[in-house]
Amino acid sequence: MTPEVAPTPGETEPRKIPLSVFEPSPANQSIPPFKTAKWQRQINVRDFIQTNYEPYFGDEAFLSPATLRTEKLLRQVQDLMKQESDKGGTLDMDTDIISNITAHSPGYIDASLEQIVGLQTDRPLKRALMPFGGYRVAVDCLKAYGYEISPRVKEIFTKYRKTHNEGVFDVYSDAIKKARKAGIVTGLPDGYGRGRIIGDYRRVALYGTTRLMEDKKEQFRQLDGTINEETIRLREEIAEQIKALKELETMGLSYGFDVSRPAANAREATQWTYLGYLAAVKEQNGAAMSLGRISNFLDIYFERDLNAGILTEPEAQELIDHLVIKLRMVRFARTPEYNELFSGDPTWVTECLGGIGEDGRPLVTRTTFRFLHTLSNLAPAPEPNLTVLWSERLPEAFKKYCAKMSIATSSIQYENDDLMRPYWGDDYGIACCVSAMRIGKQMQFFGARANLAKTLLYAINGGRDEVSGEQVAPPFAPVTGDVLDYNDVMKRLDTMLDWFAGAYMDALNIIHYMHDKYCYERIEMALHDRDILRTMACGVAGVSVTADSLSAIRYAKVHVIRDERGLAVDFRTDGNFPKFGNNDDRVDDIAVWLVENFMNKLRNKPSYRKAVPTQSVLTITSNVVYGKKTGNTPDGRKAGEPFAPGANPMHGRDKKGALASLCSVAKLPYEHSLDGISNTFSIVPEALGKCADSRVDNLVGMLDGYFAKKGHHLNVNVFNRETLVDAMEHPEKYPQLTVRVSGYAVNFNKLTREQQHDVVSRTFHEGM
Amino acid sequence: MQGIIHSIETGGTVDGPGIRFVLFLAGCPLRCLYCHNPDTHDPNRGEKKTVGDLLEEIACYKDFFTRSHGGVTASGGEPLMQAEFVTALFRGCKNMGIHTSLDTSGYLGAKATDELLSVTDLVLLDIKSFDPENYRKVTGVMLQPTLDYAERLARMKIPIWARFVLVPGLTDDFAMIERMADYLAKLGNVERVEVLPFHKMGEPKWKALGLTYALKDTLPPSAEVFEKVKGIFAIQGLAVG
Repeated sequence: MTPEVAPTPGETEPRKIPLSVFEPSPANQSIPPFKTAKWQRQINVRDFIQTNYEPYFGDEAFLSPATLRTEKLLRQVQDLMKQESDKGGTLDMDTDIISNITAHSPGYIDASLEQIVGLQTDRPLKRALMPFGGYRVAVDCLKAYGYEISPRVKEIFTKYRKTHNEGVFDVYSDAIKKARKAGIVTGLPDGYGRGRIIGDYRRVALYGTTRLMEDKKEQFRQLDGTINEETIRLREEIAEQIKALKELETMGLSYGFDVSRPAANAREATQWTYLGYLAAVKEQNGAAMSLGRISNFLDIYFERDLNAGILTEPEAQELIDHLVIKLRMVRFARTPEYNELFSGDPTWVTECLGGIGEDGRPLVTRTTFRFLHTLSNLAPAPEPNLTVLWSERLPEAFKKYCAKMSIATSSIQYENDDLMRPYWGDDYGIACCVSAMRIGKQMQFFGARANLAKTLLYAINGGRDEVSGEQVAPPFAPVTGDVLDYNDVMKRLDTMLDWFAGAYMDALNIIHYMHDKYCYERIEMALHDRDILRTMACGVAGVSVTADSLSAIRYAKVHVIRDERGLAVDFRTDGNFPKFGNNDDRVDDIAVWLVENFMNKLRNKPSYRKAVPTQSVLTITSNVVYGKKTGNTPDGRKAGEPFAPGANPMHGRDKKGALASLCSVAKLPYEHSLDGISNTFSIVPEALGKCADSRVDNLVGMLDGYFAKKGHHLNVNVFNRETLVDAMEHPEKYPQLTVRVSGYAVNFNKLTREQQHDVVSRTFHEGM
Repeated sequence: MQGIIHSIETGGTVDGPGIRFVLFLAGCPLRCLYCHNPDTHDPNRGEKKTVGDLLEEIACYKDFFTRSHGGVTASGGEPLMQAEFVTALFRGCKNMGIHTSLDTSGYLGAKATDELLSVTDLVLLDIKSFDPENYRKVTGVMLQPTLDYAERLARMKIPIWARFVLVPGLTDDFAMIERMADYLAKLGNVERVEVLPFHKMGEPKWKALGLTYALKDTLPPSAEVFEKVKGIFAIQGLAVG
């Protein structure tokens, strides 16, 4: 390879078919080379970005509207999505082809219009069959929408091939099964793909698969010395990764692209990167299949082509628009039960925008703007999950543009770059909603969340479930008095949390052992370094309801009401007590204690593959299901009522306005919740200010302020409750109504009725 | 020193610039027909809080104020019912470098000492009407103290954001509004005029308190009238927000 010229043509391999539909070909281009640095000697995308990108400090005036071609394509896509929705949410499903990177022949929406191509299957919105996570789940998904699995696949997966799901249930203990059934832990990825792994898809564009395979082969050779269980596993994984890269190359060729060599221009860089991602979503039905942080990487190619006069701004925007159209079309087959937990058919194609580099330069480029601009050109939509990494030092014009787009579309989430950068550097991405990880250098074992409110009830009831009466946790003496004593309850809760942390970690260890064994993410891990940091990402639900309950026990008088089984099933509370969300340390400290204490218990449990335990305060939409499964709580919440989502205060209990509410949540310690702390903020436009300019300024001020207070994450919704109520009755009037819920965005119409009610009933900050 | 606080809104954006900590103080000598907070009339209906405790609470939000160019607004009720308390509170805010706004009808302007005004960055001055008879009809009290207060603020060069609630059939006499606009323009310290369209969001509170709501049949002003009234102020060179 010529060190001075980055795009090295893949000259070693004879070209079999016309390789690229795009000109100029890499051989005769006149565009200047990239700046050389470490990235040429080693696989190091961050180094490439840092040596070649130029921050952009200007405003959005340069952006181009959608091209005619984009508008035509968008109409076709919207029509397909309408058909999908009319058919009950699923347009078509594969019943016979077991999906992998090369399983399907190329698919197109309209090849004459698409500037970025590639679909998961041979037809748009057709859901692939991915049974390796769990055969039964795959069959149930098909059944739910009126399809039947082919006899051939049935035979394979019932006679010859074991799945992740089967492996897990072979091994689960009775204790885990009981906890799972009772709903004290929900959302364990034991029947579906775990997701939350971000391949460094940029590597495909920067290096081409030939170079990446050479690197992997070198990694393999380096492991020759010691053969033990660990290295055997790693060698097998690397062997699989190399095969997956080869398959990616084949898949690329089927679309007419030679991804064995590096991308030569903006168009190819966008296409190559997408093909890397596409390979991942062909292979894995992960709970969250995030994209990473590609905008500044692509911007380097865009700037070079723009400067060389071979790309115009409308063409640049068109490439991003068409990429985003593809990302919006990613689909997975999922059961109705799964939708109850993670409603609205989310895929979490999370793309991070912004942030500040370690050298202090903002990681904002024109392409960062182009991504946000897709919300205008293509109308708002939940995917990709656009995540702005906020820093006080972001350029003002960018901050204002983000705020403006938030106010117009409610489609953006914000996360605190100043808080995360010290942990994860300046090339991390967000997997799913709030989980930061260094791209290509880190992955997580994702897993479910612990129901803290139920744990509190178990502590009061001696480990018996308040709904079923079953002994789920090991038995110990229940509270017998009439009035709950704070110190007594806290002691019991501590014991219960310790038991629970152990059972929870056991379940996750089993799950990830089996997932590695039966459902390994070959292509995603092929786009990682050899030695990576693994986190064991636990989670908690019901922080605010539990903190309020403990506050009631401490500051008011909580009487226990028992049923004939002797179970505490209800409570009568006399007197007032402070509630989470009012910036009142008396209760906020309890919430902080819950987070820190449970984390410390998790840290003490052994984890599979030496993963570092972390936790998130995040529920996605499962706060509704958790509430359903949990009895009356001492704070006055009735059995079955939803918890607040993520780290939010309980509905309507934050009485002192927006800042007090934000400050309470900002107190939850990120160092004890490194997998993220989700807060969803809904405000009516009038409460943000009187005119458009002051609304933008105030939202910027609110974000600056929240993150200066060390808040981690904020979903921003700006709309009126009336809009949502109207949308519940007349969904056809709001086909694109996007709502941010805990950590992601959904199309409001795709939520279940129950979840729509939950969103509508949440606190809307209405000023005075 | 203690004050009686009706309620607190920590994320206010409509009572002065930026994001504001709005303190609603208990007690008001006016009985405006359209009042949307009649529960603040009673000077004893609220929670007692010390200046020290409030300042500690306010300090939490400084990050939001500095970044949004916001601050603290004392509103009510009528904050000048507790002028001494507001003085101590504002002095504390100024010591922390926090912007202060006083949201008042001006009726008790005489109670605002020079000391209080020296720690007040902005006055949100509600002028309910410019006709003395009409003013009494709307509020139950005299107009003149408000005008005296406005002129004093002008002499002291303390900026005013004037506010005027447009109520159809009650305060929509264009000639009266023209005189008010002329007066405000001549003061020289009016930075902005906010015309607020009448709304009935306060009506349920009147019912809850067992009071009769006199404007139950009044409708909000039409967009046309609303724009026209804004125009009356704008033509005088006043910034209308």
